[in-house]
This record gives sequence, structure tokens and C-alpha cells, in this order.
Amino acid sequence: MSTLPFHRRKDVRLSLRYLIAALLVVIFVFPVYWLFIISFKTPDEIFAFPPVWYPKSLQLANYKVLFKDGDAETVWNSLILASASTFIAMILGTIAAYSLVRFKTGGENLSVWIISQRMMPPVAIVFPIFLLYVWLGWVDTYVGLIILYTAFSLPYVIWMMRGYIEDIPLELEESALVDGCTRWEVLWKVVLPMARSGLFATAVFTFVFAWNDFLFALVLTRTEVTTYTVQVTHYFGGQSNFWAKIAAMSVLGTIPVFIAVATMQRYLVRGISMGAVKG
Amino acid sequence: MSDLKISGLHKHYGAFHAVKGIDLEVPSGEFTVLVGPSGCGKSTLLRCIAGLEETSAGKIEIGGKDVTYARPRDRDIAMVFQNYALYPYLNVKDNIAFGLRARKFAEAEVEKRAGRAADMLGIGALLQRFPRELSGGQRQRVAIGRAIVRDAILYLFDEPLSNLDAQLRDDMRVEIKRLHQELGRTMVYVTHDQIEAMTLADRIVLLRDGLIEQQGSPLDLFERPATKFVAGFLGSPKMNFLAAVMTDGGVKLGDGTALSLPGKSAAKSGQAVILGIRPQHIAIAGKSVAKGHERVAVIIELVQPTGSRVQVTMPLGGTSIVAELGAHDVSKPGEKIHIDIDMKRAVVIDPQSEKII
Repeated sequence: MSTLPFHRRKDVRLSLRYLIAALLVVIFVFPVYWLFIISFKTPDEIFAFPPVWYPKSLQLANYKVLFKDGDAETVWNSLILASASTFIAMILGTIAAYSLVRFKTGGENLSVWIISQRMMPPVAIVFPIFLLYVWLGWVDTYVGLIILYTAFSLPYVIWMMRGYIEDIPLELEESALVDGCTRWEVLWKVVLPMARSGLFATAVFTFVFAWNDFLFALVLTRTEVTTYTVQVTHYFGGQSNFWAKIAAMSVLGTIPVFIAVATMQRYLVRGISMGAVKG
Repeated sequence: MSDLKISGLHKHYGAFHAVKGIDLEVPSGEFTVLVGPSGCGKSTLLRCIAGLEETSAGKIEIGGKDVTYARPRDRDIAMVFQNYALYPYLNVKDNIAFGLRARKFAEAEVEKRAGRAADMLGIGALLQRFPRELSGGQRQRVAIGRAIVRDAILYLFDEPLSNLDAQLRDDMRVEIKRLHQELGRTMVYVTHDQIEAMTLADRIVLLRDGLIEQQGSPLDLFERPATKFVAGFLGSPKMNFLAAVMTDGGVKLGDGTALSLPGKSAAKSGQAVILGIRPQHIAIAGKSVAKGHERVAVIIELVQPTGSRVQVTMPLGGTSIVAELGAHDVSKPGEKIHIDIDMKRAVVIDPQSEKII
């Protein structure tokens, strides 16, 4: 190597880097591709050896079955639960975070206590909650799970939004107060636009948390509001696994998250607050 | 009629007593500058007026209405902040229109007023730009535009020029003075810069340690300071202070130099005093010594040309004093010159109370 001229050495190093990057991409993307492609395969193709790397035609039978049997509705359930709980948690969490930052509500200790709630393993409380929900009649209801997911997301939302709100220059809010806004208007017209990227980033993660929940859904649902995560496990049988259904269901379950991240992506990039103060 | 009346205002931050009982009245249409060194309570006072800080005691009236406990939005004020406080997600027009929209003005009226304010400040061509696309001076203009677009009783400025570079600061100072002349509104302006205070103010309120040290017109404070602090704070270069002892009809400096003192002073003969002489009241010796002047010989220590004038440091009375002389009056350090001191304008200060006597 040392005999190569400098610019040649740079070329070699760059090519090596690309090669390694490409290899890593293949390793990480292949399982996703495999899942995706299985969902379009016929049973014969799934169990064929040597494996069918790509099917001749993309047949939709696996999906049709899910929609015909009503299994696909579990994705809809997940969507309702995750969206509703994210929406409520974002509203309550942002207001709470604003209060913590601007009015020092509860002093320093309250914030720490709030985030400590997040550290509790869910499995430790799932059965007490189950008993409580039986008593309340909330098992297998939207309301029950939405409240639970909201409660579990709140500490995270408060903690994240607290950081974003702290970054907002106080003068922007004071200026709005002098200009004729109430506190609520300041929150709506100044804090939310200023914290927009943080707001969307937090919402995406909150959504994904509720979307991916398995434990609570498993224990607290029966038939009415079964989520897709629980539904997928029904296809793992004692004797055989329904790979086609597992794959198709998983793809259906990935699509909403994929859309959420893709549409929010530009907000995940920060920098919108440049030029607010000084510069 | 006075637009702002403050009586007995106190502000505590925990154990820290930031404002220690201030009484202030600002007549309608006046440009009042609150000035003082950092930590003197001037910004706190302004924030109390704006309602951004709760007062600990005292009363604030704006436009004849008691607003001591009113929310900022109910005080009928507009404010320009030090860091501009522009909303980065709104363009210039929407920034200027923000206050009008918050107060539910009709959209046609908002358009008209925002356009007029922008034209007044020479930013009419920038209405569609966003704050990040503007220079510091342009941002400050937008910030001022956002205040003047409103019909407030009182306009507050919190060190609006301190983030600008020197050249721009001079330009904006002129702009603000012109705006005040055109609009004739009541303005309260906070700064730590004595030049800004001198040039802008109808009236200067000089604060020190949470209290008003002296207030009056800029010339009043400059020519008739009540205390050593005021005398030292206003004017550039600073007033020279020399230790001296009163004699019959004059003073004797530390090194024995005797100077006659034609002005009236309550100080008694033999009393230790501080003599205050402004650098502008020292001139290079002329053909004859004018009445009330004293001629002394000095050796130049340091020469700092400022272009039209030159600041010359020289030893006198056991300390170093600064004189502002003509640009061509002196050449180099070590040179021996004669200077004439205008003793009529010198002040005598009691070293204990630091009051002018």
C-alpha cells in the first residue's frame, strides 16, 4: 500500500468502505426482504429447496385470506389504539412538560419521579392491571387499552417535550405575551411551532411503542380489540406454522409504521429553529 | 398627563433585592432612558413595567390605569427585546402582524398597518423573507416594526442594540430617534451604554443598586451631576478624579499643586475632597490664561488618537489624568506641555458621601 501514490490509496480506502457498507446493508435488509417476499409466495414456493429467491409472480392469496377471515381487522385495531393513545399522550404530555419547564411545577423532583415511572417493567404490573380492568369491565375494550398506552407513553412524552421546550428562547414567549396572547395562545402559536420537529419525533416513537406492544394486548384483549401483534402469534401452531399468514400479517403490520416514519422524516431533521435569536 | 407612573416599586428574587423602592413618572410622548451598570436593576424594572415579572411591592400605572397585577396583554404596551425575539417559522410580514392578529384585528387592517410599519423602517421589500434570511440589522428592524405596528400607550425597549456591531448600532440609534420624533409615542428604553442614553433620551434615569441615583435631561446630568457616580458614569472618556484638600478659594492636590476654584462649593477650607475634571474641560495652553482657568505643566505619558481629537494621559496631582485635546496639539509621549484646566466647570466631591458639594 505504501508504494501507491496518495490519491490511489485514497481510492482503495473508499472502495473498501463502500464494500463493507454494501455488505452490512445486505445483512440487515435481507430478513425484511425475505419476510416481504414470503408473503407473496405459494405454499410450494415457501418450502421449496433450493429456496425461491424471488417468486415468479406476486400472488395475493395470502392477503386475501387475512381479509376474508377478518384477521386483517386486528391491524385496524392496532391503528386505532396506537393513534388515539399517541394523540392523547401528546396533548397531555406537552401541556405537562410546558408547565414543568415554565412554572417549575413540582420542583426538580417531579420530573425525575415522572421519568422513573417509565423504568418499571410492564410485566410487573400487568396482572394487577388485569384484575383492575376486570373489575372496571375494561378488558377487551378500546378504552381500556387506550388509557393504558397513554399512561405508559406519558412519562416519555413529558420527558422529551421538556427538553424541546427548554430549548425555546424565553423571549419568544414573552414577546407573544406582551403582544396580546394568553398562555394557551402562547402554547399554541409559539411553543408548538417552535417544538414542531421534536413534537413529531416524539409522536412517532410514542406511536411505535403502542403499535409494537404485545404483553398488554395479550393479557387484556380477547376477541374484540385483538391487536395484530397478538394475532400473528395465533399462526404459530403446535404442529406447523402458517408462514404465509405470518409473513402477510407482518407486512400489513409494518406498513403503517413505515408510512408514519416516512411522512414524519423531514420533521425528524432538526434545524427549523435557526435564526430565532441572534444568529 | 403621564403615561407611566411607578410608586414605591420593590422587586426581590429570593434573598436578592433587585429594585429597592423606585418612584418614576414618565410624561406622555417622552423618551425616557433607564441607564446604569449591569446589575443595577434597569432590566428588572422594565420587565416589571411589562408585567413579565411580578412586583414584590409598589404600584404601576399605565395610561392612568392601575396595572400592578394585570397580565402583560392587558397593559397596552409594546416591547422590543434584546435578542429580537422573531418567530423563525413566520416570515417578516407575519412576524410584524403577529400582535395585531393576536388582538383580532381585521385582516385588511393588519395588511395595511404591517405594510406601513415595514415601509417606515425600510424593510418593505423583505416582507416575504424569513428571519434566518435577514442580517442582524434587518432583524432588529423587524423587531421594532412588530412593536410600532401596534397602537400601544407605552413602548418598551430592552437593550435593543446591544447585539449589533458598532456601525450598525449608530445607524439604528438614529433610526430609533427618528421614529420617536415621527410617532411622538411614550418610550422607555433600557441600555447600559451611556452614549445611547445621552443621544436618545429626553430624560435619563440613572440607576444604581436598585435605586434611582439621579434623573433629568442628558445635559442636566452631564453638567450638574449630583454624585460622583453620575459624574463618572456619563461622559467619555471618564471624568478624572483627583484627591485634594480645600484651601481658601482653591484646592491643593496631592503633589502640592495649588489650583484656584472660582465656582461655589460648600466645602470648608482644610477639608479633604475629590476634585472632578472632565477630559473635555482641559485644553492645550493658549496665548493667555482665560478667566477661571488654571495653567499647569505636565509630561505626556500616553497618546490615543481618535481621529478628530486625541486622548492624552498625563500625571497630575499624584495620579494619571486624561485630557481630550485637538488632534495636532501633541506629538509623542515624554513631551512636556502646558495645559489649561477650566476650573469653573470642575466639581468638588465629598469623599464620604460621594455627593457633589
